[in-house]
Amino acid sequence: MASNAASLASNSTPLATKAASFRRQHRIGRAVIYGSLFFMAAFYLMPLWVMITTSVKHLDEIYAGSFIGLPQQISFDAWRTAWSEACNGTACKGLKPYFINSLLLTIPAVIMSTGIGAINGYVITKWRFPGSNVIFGLLLFGCFLPFQAVILPMAQTLGILGLAGSLPGLVLVHTVYGIAFTTLFFRNYFVSIPDELVRAAKIDGAGFIRIFVSIMLPAALPIIVVSCIWQFTQIWNDYLFGASFTAGENAPITVALNNIVNVSMGRKEYNVDMAAAMIAALPTLFVYVVAGRYFVRGLTAGAVKG
Amino acid sequence: MSRSTPLSNRIENWLPRLVLAPSLLVVLVAVYLFICWTGWISLSSSMIVPKYDFVGLNQYVRLWSTPRWHTAVFNLFVFSTLFLALTTGLGLLMAILLDQKIRVEGTLRAIFLYPMALSFIVTGTAWKWILNPALGVQKVVNDLGWTSFVFDWIAQPTFAIYCVVIAAVWQSTGFAMAIFLAGLRGIDNSVIKAAQIEGASLPLIYRTIVVPMLRPAFLSVIVLLSYIAIKSFDLILALTNTGPGSATEMPSTFMYSATFRRDQMGVGAASAMMMLMTVAAIIVPYLYSELKESRDGQ
Repeated sequence: MASNAASLASNSTPLATKAASFRRQHRIGRAVIYGSLFFMAAFYLMPLWVMITTSVKHLDEIYAGSFIGLPQQISFDAWRTAWSEACNGTACKGLKPYFINSLLLTIPAVIMSTGIGAINGYVITKWRFPGSNVIFGLLLFGCFLPFQAVILPMAQTLGILGLAGSLPGLVLVHTVYGIAFTTLFFRNYFVSIPDELVRAAKIDGAGFIRIFVSIMLPAALPIIVVSCIWQFTQIWNDYLFGASFTAGENAPITVALNNIVNVSMGRKEYNVDMAAAMIAALPTLFVYVVAGRYFVRGLTAGAVKG
Repeated sequence: MSRSTPLSNRIENWLPRLVLAPSLLVVLVAVYLFICWTGWISLSSSMIVPKYDFVGLNQYVRLWSTPRWHTAVFNLFVFSTLFLALTTGLGLLMAILLDQKIRVEGTLRAIFLYPMALSFIVTGTAWKWILNPALGVQKVVNDLGWTSFVFDWIAQPTFAIYCVVIAAVWQSTGFAMAIFLAGLRGIDNSVIKAAQIEGASLPLIYRTIVVPMLRPAFLSVIVLLSYIAIKSFDLILALTNTGPGSATEMPSTFMYSATFRRDQMGVGAASAMMMLMTVAAIIVPYLYSELKESRDGQ
């Protein structure tokens, strides 16, 4: 900063005045930058703030028209209702069973798709064979597949496999369409591990599996985290597959949330809606807060080529 | 070496391919075969259940003569244009501001990005509440004293699509910001320093030097956001449920309701194929150039 001021001033005579005006300008510039950033931050936080405060307000207070303000009285009744009593059109069991469904389907799908992606990435980068690049290209398009183009055949296939409307069926679907992304993650990561390492291990007599287990996997910890977080977020937040391939009791949480919000009987319970939305959002928000760095890496992986 | 263990060597040689084969098979079936399958249904007279006859392009003709589909295509156009422009612009602005050695950069970045961790259903639910004219933003401004203030876009057929834009921009700007920020961090600082010494102002430096250098980031952001725009489905269901009337119908919601609610499977499949072709037209050249570049780079 000081050197900038000096270099700016060096080609003119009134040294002190120029430096002072530069400093003043600089200070105004900084204020504008911080001001706009904080303004945008407020805008981005507003919906979360509104969701949380609404969810702990009493319904009368909400209808009296306190939208943005602090709750006069904090009550977690709405959370309790959303968790165990709210109706979604077919049943009034709250979000709890669907939250459990989402856990039961997300965890195996995350583990399987990440494992398969790791092996694929390993083969594509360290055991290249003629055509392996074409295979990678074919897999890659799966990252950008509009799922509407495969929903109908998938529904038919799940029916033939006897998995229609079931959680295992949904696990299968998420695993299959997760492979593209997880392979991309691991491929881009393994590319940066020197081939010499693998070659040396081969000379020492280590085989395909040995090298994967004792060299690649230990080095891959960060990308395993990235892949798990990405898959967890994607699968937990999925609505299209959940709505298309499950019904009633087997629905994931996003489908249940949408049904709860859209059921209207009597006075709309906005506090319950917001509590339900928060419950559905908490697992992914938690992951984001704990491992945000890895989440961002997953996000940008689709854009940064390996 | 090859003499002593020819068999195990051969297995070792084939093992990588064997390991990759199931994934390849699954993707060939679940992506490419299924696409063909959908294409086939779109050429058949399927209504409630798939029927494998052949009626040529009849379903496409029906699709393009459905007013609802016209609404959907028009909405997609309006939505994508605004969504892309606003998200890219805001994301770039955020990234540039954050790149000025900001003290609380980490926190601000986390705030701009957290919506990306949420489900579109959650986002839609939250914004439906915020944009609700009776109790939301309109009411707050009215209570502050500006009683004639009206902000009921979500109930207006012509304006409801802009509500979807607002919520989608809120959700996705952080994503654009993250990519631009990564791009900015990759730019050599000495270029900027040199321009500063020459006396160029910061905005000028950004406009003429830095932003042009972000071309690859722009490409990524625009391609990935277009993909998000075309497939956006849950946000619309949660926020407007394609209403008022069918004012916020989009190709994705059209496909879903034609197939699962209106028993027009053939038309649904035809609309899915239209979506696929649109995405492919954007994504395939992008992937091709990315792969080619990375191979040239090696």
